[in-house]
Amino acid sequence: MIALVDYGAGNLTSVRKALTAIDARFWTPSAPRELDRAAGIIVPGVGHFSTTASLDDEWREAIRAALARGVPLFGICVGLQWLFDGSSEADGVPGFGVVSGTCRLLKGNQPPASEYPPLGESGPVWKGTETGSPLLKVPHVGWNSLRFPRPSRLFSGVPDGTQVYFTHSYAAPLVPASAAVTTHGVAFSSAIEDGLVAGVQFHPEKSGNAGLRILRNWLEGVHQHQSAPPSGEAHP
Amino acid sequence: MTGLSKRIIACLDVRDGQVVKGVNFAGLREAGDPAALARRYNVEGIDEIVILDITATLEARQARAHTIGAVAREIFLPLCVGGGIRTEEDAAAAVDAGADKVSLNTAALQNPGLITTLARRYGSQAVVVAIDAKRQGGRLAVYGRSGQAETARDAVGWAREATDRGAGEILLTSIDRDGTKSGFDCELTAAVSSAVNIPVIASGGAGSFEHFAEVFTAGRADAALAASIFHFNEHSVEHLKQFLATRGVPVRL
Repeated sequence: MIALVDYGAGNLTSVRKALTAIDARFWTPSAPRELDRAAGIIVPGVGHFSTTASLDDEWREAIRAALARGVPLFGICVGLQWLFDGSSEADGVPGFGVVSGTCRLLKGNQPPASEYPPLGESGPVWKGTETGSPLLKVPHVGWNSLRFPRPSRLFSGVPDGTQVYFTHSYAAPLVPASAAVTTHGVAFSSAIEDGLVAGVQFHPEKSGNAGLRILRNWLEGVHQHQSAPPSGEAHP
Repeated sequence: MTGLSKRIIACLDVRDGQVVKGVNFAGLREAGDPAALARRYNVEGIDEIVILDITATLEARQARAHTIGAVAREIFLPLCVGGGIRTEEDAAAAVDAGADKVSLNTAALQNPGLITTLARRYGSQAVVVAIDAKRQGGRLAVYGRSGQAETARDAVGWAREATDRGAGEILLTSIDRDGTKSGFDCELTAAVSSAVNIPVIASGGAGSFEHFAEVFTAGRADAALAASIFHFNEHSVEHLKQFLATRGVPVRL
């Protein structure tokens, strides 16, 4: 069974629906000790990094213990950011710290208002560029492409350049664990994968068939770990 | 350079569980079952779906949970719901039924604090402020109550205020162009889109592929929404995106 950790960071309806669509068996644990029976753990999340403060020492211990037993961990959106040391969105709130680095605000821009003439009945129209607006808006909302710096389990069978749905303002740095890179002004880690730990900044549950494929890839990894637990460790 | 695609959004104007679409908000005609349309759009490559219960505000009804649920079961794409979202409880009902975002219009005009309340509860990414604007001389007047009640607000000023209060996106509809198929109001869209640093969805007037190319360039739109152009099989989403790609507009193919 997959443990879908609900720590009050937004709505899990979409994630539940997607997990159901890929035939995953899952439940929402009401206490950290329930993670004893998890075959895989998902930490979802939308919204502010500070909500991850609800993942207190007890939860962290239980997740660490699960990792030590060979249970895969998957973070989505703020859940991915939480895997890092922290985020400048909430300086006092430490991340889980299994990946080194700090998440930072994407930098948008806004040209001076004087560039745009006031509207009139037949006022001048801003001409635009060949490919559209040069404005870099933050939050980064919409479909953007994944570039893969190396092969990974998560993106097995997913073509380089596949587009997925993002909605976020803060982003994770590029690290050795980066499994996918996306650019919005700057390049950031749109996914990480390092052994049992994986995470995606985008929303696989909102990214059509590509998103379901990525979730399925993670789930297959969980099943493989289940059938081959790490040697020398007691399996509960 | 940004790799973000311009989004094509299909709007399902729903009344009594059926998709309808009118011209200038009046003279509605039937266009079909919401879930069946959503399924078709998903196959054709739509980027997002908006459900608007267009009579909800007038009749003080909530957007119907069963319509939201039926569409949410069909698609794994962003789903926005508007119409009759007057309170935090209305928004919660829509989110619980499967909406990722709620769109506020009349309620935000009457109680702008609701934008902030919902942004705090669900995050800004879940809060869309819909602005229905109509040209009044040189003014871009904002209307409430499905385009029936003129307010003293101006579209650019209201978009800025909504952004400051926590809105994550603006859904901007030209009442003058809505349902006319004469093209988006690019001036209106550019004015609002360049005044805020959040995505602006252009709506009202889509009649040809060229209109979409215009609103993504001259109109500076981040996304474009249409209803009737897709509902009646006049143009497929797939062909539209192929056209936009040949025009250099970044889209998800």
